[in-house]
Amino acid sequence: MSRLIINKIILILSTIAALIGITFLLWILATLTIKGYYSINWHIFTADLVNNGLRNVIIGQFILAGMATAIGVPLGMLAGIYLREYGANSKFAMIIRNFSDVMMSAPSIVIGIFVYGIFVVPFGGFNGWAGSIALSIMMIPIVVSTTDSMLSLVPQELREAGIALGASKAQVILSIVLSAAKIGLITGGLLAFARVIGETAPLLFTSANNNFLSLSLNGQYPSLTVSIYQLATFPSQTSQNLAWAGSVILTLLVLFINLTTRFIFKPRKQ
Amino acid sequence: MKLAIDTKKFSFTYPKNSSPTLKNINMPVYANQVTALIGPSGCGKSTLLRSYNRIHDVYPGNQYDGKILLYNNKGEKPENIFDYKKENELIKLRQRVGMIFQKPTPFPMSIKDNITYGLRLLGIKNKTELLDRAEIALKGSALWEEVKDRLNSSATGLSGGQQQRLCIARAVALKPEVLLFDEPTSALDPISTASIEELIIELKREITILIVTHNMQQASRISDMTGFMYLGDLVEFDKTETIFLNPKEKQTEDYITGRFG
Amino acid sequence: MLFNRFFKSLSYTSAWLVLGILVAIFIVLYHYSAGAIRHFGFFHFITNQKWIVGEDGDGGNFGGLIPILGTIYSTLIAMFFAVPIAMGIAIFLTEIAPEFLKKPVGMAIELLAAIPSIIYGMWGLFYFGPLLQSWFGGQSNSLLTAGIVLGIMVIPFMAALSRDAMKTTPSVLTESAYSMGATRFEVIKDVIFPYAKRGIIGSIILSLGRALGETMAVAFLIGGVFRFPDSLTSATISIPVLIANNFGEAGNLQLSSMFYMALILFIISFFTITLAKFYFLRRD
Repeated sequence: MSRLIINKIILILSTIAALIGITFLLWILATLTIKGYYSINWHIFTADLVNNGLRNVIIGQFILAGMATAIGVPLGMLAGIYLREYGANSKFAMIIRNFSDVMMSAPSIVIGIFVYGIFVVPFGGFNGWAGSIALSIMMIPIVVSTTDSMLSLVPQELREAGIALGASKAQVILSIVLSAAKIGLITGGLLAFARVIGETAPLLFTSANNNFLSLSLNGQYPSLTVSIYQLATFPSQTSQNLAWAGSVILTLLVLFINLTTRFIFKPRKQ
Repeated sequence: MKLAIDTKKFSFTYPKNSSPTLKNINMPVYANQVTALIGPSGCGKSTLLRSYNRIHDVYPGNQYDGKILLYNNKGEKPENIFDYKKENELIKLRQRVGMIFQKPTPFPMSIKDNITYGLRLLGIKNKTELLDRAEIALKGSALWEEVKDRLNSSATGLSGGQQQRLCIARAVALKPEVLLFDEPTSALDPISTASIEELIIELKREITILIVTHNMQQASRISDMTGFMYLGDLVEFDKTETIFLNPKEKQTEDYITGRFG
Repeated sequence: MLFNRFFKSLSYTSAWLVLGILVAIFIVLYHYSAGAIRHFGFFHFITNQKWIVGEDGDGGNFGGLIPILGTIYSTLIAMFFAVPIAMGIAIFLTEIAPEFLKKPVGMAIELLAAIPSIIYGMWGLFYFGPLLQSWFGGQSNSLLTAGIVLGIMVIPFMAALSRDAMKTTPSVLTESAYSMGATRFEVIKDVIFPYAKRGIIGSIILSLGRALGETMAVAFLIGGVFRFPDSLTSATISIPVLIANNFGEAGNLQLSSMFYMALILFIISFFTITLAKFYFLRRD
């Protein structure tokens, strides 16, 4: 009898746990919705930070994340290709895979000041390149891992069929395997992009922030996340409203990209 | 009967295996004939087939012994395919000896790009030439009529039987001397199976065919010569009628009559 | 054929890059902390409670004890809070939820994971912190607030990894237990958890490693005050917050000290994560 009671208790507790999780999610989303309603208006999107708008920092965040993607995705994909297509289950490949996963959980502020040490100090000041590089370092392990997984889903016969026609290994990888894994690879890239576009710590001491719209990565670069941090801690109603507006926009962006990837990548049943 | 390939004392051991999967195989493959390899699961027939285009080389660590001699149709001295060490020699081998797999393997590209894949690897860039050769290959695989209006659509949209004929057309476009078929119809329905068997009988007029099959009826239907393998040995190799109606070895007879396998 | 070899070398080099970045981080951090290490001594720095900037802005007396403890305490609070809830969610998703609920609830948890940490900071600062203050007194930006919000942040990660570990239990095992009349709790306790033990412990340790390095939410919520916390509800500081708040205007010795702090943080989290990865969550 008591077995059933204990069972019921555990079931209820677990359901409560799930409800707690969902409650927090809904609470946060509700907060953002309310704050967004009151703080978002056209001015935000047309004025720059210097004029209490967010236009330049939104664009800036995209550019930083975009540059990071341009650096991080090719490097990560090449490493992932090596792991799956050349290294397979060799000792070296397993070590790289595991250390890449370790890097995925590394503290982002450490990566930020690491890049400060090599790309800000020697260059004399905060700059957008350093910010992009810091973000790309965070992207690389994610891209390595998703590339590795997605390529492992490509059936081996496809590779053999290419070899059987006289293709070299590199040709098989580039013209057949990557094509076959195309959707999964794009999803991985999008997820990595979504992850870094919401990061703040790596940018604090690399690209910092900029009140103006800037197209040159050579100096301090505008960032939405860093702006939110600076605005929220500034004791004025305008700043804090702006911080909320930024928060809502950032969250919508990140959730949108995440939801999109769920709908692009549907593992096909064959 | 002219020789296309001669297998001489060929043994093969997979990496990390203690004993060989193929033991001292001696087997001729005659030009413009269909040679079938039959035998129970694990007898080594696929391993032997895959040795002829050296696709085992994709997985390092194999050990082998003996020779596989490839003849050309100009009557010159044959070459031992295991003498090929450089990558471009292996590539040339695979253009002469093509392979069709058990599961149809259409590449994720258009039908046209699939067929011309091997040709483009050869460096042929001329669009008209590519299209012409694709048409010939597709006609030769009885697929032209079905796809001629949608050459630019994706190959993965074709049915299983069509996909397999696509793979055959793709291989045939390179004008190979030998085609290796690894259980090509085991994943297909009976109608597609029949059309591919018809195709193979057509193809042998120009190409030497070597086919592995676990379907004895198929072997008896389409092959001229048959080899029965068991546990890595080539137990008996003879004309197909002989193997099926009058086998010389008891093991062969037991397999044919269904006593095991 | 040249291209073939070139491509292989290119991808091989990229694979090494991952390892290279890791090593480079250690080297660069050490390089910049050398000054502080020489000045204060390796161990003395760790046990020193002070953080005073020198009058000239360049020197000073810096020690890492308080931020190190702040990092550890906030992470422990986060774990206390997160582990039971994450386990509960994992159990719910694998054994309790009816089919039609599995996907939406799973998705909700994943969305929770996708929310950027700065958003957690905003929410905690303006809503959750004051709520905790009304319940427990003390400061609204405190060790407790930071710890709990940190916990909320790692819940999805831990739940997802634990769920994956639990899902690897072969259904033949669970089915045979059920067919013997075991209740769901007993199947979880006696079959699934023992089987998935490694993965679950690994997920906990890995989440701990991640929580150690979290910056933005904690920066908003822990108070940023360089003092030992008198109680759970008083403000203190953690390593990432120290760095985030002071890095900008630091003089040489202070900068070096912060690099040293970062090095300590990196070493602690690196070892924690590596332990989780290589011992519990090895990919083979």
